[in-house]
Amino acid sequence: MTAPDLPAALAPDARLPAEPWNDPKATPLIKIRNVIKRFDGFVAVDDVWLDIYKGEFFSLLGPSGCGKTTLLRLLAGFEQPTSGTIEIDGVDMADVPPHRRPVNMMFQSYALFPHMTVEQNVGFGLKQEHVPRREISRRVGEMLELVQLADLGRRRPHQLSGGQKQRVALARALIKRPKLLLLDEPLGALDRRLREQTQFELVNIQETLGLTFIIVTHDQDEAMTVSTRIAIMDRGRTVQVGTPGEIYEYPNSLYVAGFVGDVNVFEGRVVEAGKDHVTVRSPESGCDIYTDRGIDAVPGQEAYAAIRPEKIEIGKAPPADARFNCVTGRVFDIAYLGSLSTYHVRLATGEVVKVSAANRSRLVERPITWEDQVWLWWPPSASVVLLS
Amino acid sequence: MSGQPAQTPAPYVSPGPQTTAFEVLERTTSAFSFYGVLARFVQWLERSGRTLVIALPFLWLGLFFLAPFLIVLKLSFSETVLAVPPYAPLVAWLEENGLSYLTVRLNLSNYLLLFEDSLYVRAFLNSLRISAVATFLTLCVALPLANAMSRAPERWRALLLMMVILPFWTSFLIRVYAWIGILKPEGILNAVLIGLGVISEPLTILNTDIAVYIGIVYSYLPFMVLPIYASFEKMDPSLIEAAVDLGSPPIKAFWTITVRIALPGIIAGCLLVFIPAAGEFVIPDLLGGSETLMIGRTLWLEFFNNRDWPLASAVAIVLLAALTVPIVLFQRHQARRGGTDGAS
Repeated sequence: MTAPDLPAALAPDARLPAEPWNDPKATPLIKIRNVIKRFDGFVAVDDVWLDIYKGEFFSLLGPSGCGKTTLLRLLAGFEQPTSGTIEIDGVDMADVPPHRRPVNMMFQSYALFPHMTVEQNVGFGLKQEHVPRREISRRVGEMLELVQLADLGRRRPHQLSGGQKQRVALARALIKRPKLLLLDEPLGALDRRLREQTQFELVNIQETLGLTFIIVTHDQDEAMTVSTRIAIMDRGRTVQVGTPGEIYEYPNSLYVAGFVGDVNVFEGRVVEAGKDHVTVRSPESGCDIYTDRGIDAVPGQEAYAAIRPEKIEIGKAPPADARFNCVTGRVFDIAYLGSLSTYHVRLATGEVVKVSAANRSRLVERPITWEDQVWLWWPPSASVVLLS
Repeated sequence: MSGQPAQTPAPYVSPGPQTTAFEVLERTTSAFSFYGVLARFVQWLERSGRTLVIALPFLWLGLFFLAPFLIVLKLSFSETVLAVPPYAPLVAWLEENGLSYLTVRLNLSNYLLLFEDSLYVRAFLNSLRISAVATFLTLCVALPLANAMSRAPERWRALLLMMVILPFWTSFLIRVYAWIGILKPEGILNAVLIGLGVISEPLTILNTDIAVYIGIVYSYLPFMVLPIYASFEKMDPSLIEAAVDLGSPPIKAFWTITVRIALPGIIAGCLLVFIPAAGEFVIPDLLGGSETLMIGRTLWLEFFNNRDWPLASAVAIVLLAALTVPIVLFQRHQARRGGTDGAS
């Protein structure tokens, strides 16, 4: 399901870790085949087909109600698919109850057992396997060390902060070294700063232990930060599956483009389409938009040109070549974010274009301000033409 | 008392000791005026409002629990006489050899009799046994019931709860009476079982301990279901999923997680059944046989048939003491757990 013709910049690179999803010989750890889950009258998961490979940090990203949590619960075995099959490590999971699956889950509510200490919570999974007590306490100690909670082992969950509870839940889910760890909004309850710090820790732990993680999230930044690949979901379907770079740079639909990051969309019609270029004429922008990446379209077809705000240049003078990819308008709003400023520019057609620029100089020396007449232009590689 | 003199303004106020004297006078007199009293009362109320709020339940308990209890306690130490009321006073004024004595005669023979006569000991032990077995049976019915209720779709739960509570709207006595019609040899149960061909001879259930168990389980089930349901219902369902996910089979997870966390509710339910069942009189009297010896029934017989109020009181006191023990143990248990129940 990767983009049909991968641009050179994203092709497998010797410096990057292996990308098993691009290797036709690699066997996926998890095979999800045409899985449908219906709850009375409502389709939560609609014909999902996914391959997830060993060692991946795979994100299911989508708004609430898009079926991502249901898909996770299908993998854990708490729900049975209405049709379709799920295979984990070559074994069909249809008849395997949740307590026998080589899968552990970290719950959104953490679901720590309130009557047990941190140590007992973490050791619970091993105790179910009748691991000797000495062995349990050794491995619990190691695991608490890993999540930096070594000195809180005797506390009970109600004596812990949110971040500590999150770590206990993670340690408890990791202690059995599952083939697959499912994380349901693992960082949703943490505040922003802690969340960012924990994201990196999660990735470190995943790489240290060499496990496969599937994470459910509605936070695009989180998905972009931690994932090897992301599946964008909408109304039970996977809309696009790809690396964070592919999803961001080459979204396959307006939905994906709008869900991940900010985007300016110009509606128009295809003027000319070739193997390596497309020109879209958009009355909204008032100029022709030339893209150096071909799509399968015929002239006259309705199309959308999507351009990320940070890929647009802004200046008070027109660029040298203003035939393509250049519009003009007035600044009517500036959002100052410290490192960046986002300029909202209203074109003559009434369309508002967002442009973000790094604040390399100090604010007092800001060259562009409200009501300035500005020109916006971008290179052919900045835009993507979408048909839906 | 009117505050008239205080309210007339002084024609001349000179500095010095006279003023002080006048002020003192004013303060004292105004304190007795109607508004002064009212103001002081409101002030006192504001200051001690909290005390009042706390005092109210104590007053209630003192009036309707402690006072009757003390009367019964007093009765249990007195002697039986053929009189109205049928007991001798504890405190008497005695004149002997020209000297006067205030005598307090504590008659311990009632208590001694309880422990000497095997009838009472057996009645006690039997009550505790029947009550314990019945509590266990009630728990066996209530656990799956409460579990099913807490897992039912939310829109059904109010209805299910209603169905558990509804029998309370009919008289307890009538409901127990109805069981006679069901359990008697030619009753509904036997008719159905014979009709189905399960048995050929009617079963003797009525007037046995089994009938008493059935009566207690039926009558006290709501007291067990409600606290257990309350603790199940507020539990995070992902707790049990987490346990299953970590390799615990669902049944084991139910016992080690759900039941363990709901333990305070379960213990509360058991106490709510065990305590009244141990002193139960109506159910053994109507459903039990002549050999179903229960202390509530013994007490009733002593009180009404033998008119031995002191002995009946002693039975009541011993029963109370015996039942206080499990409550104290429960509270100790709760205190030890400290506030760790909060499912988070």
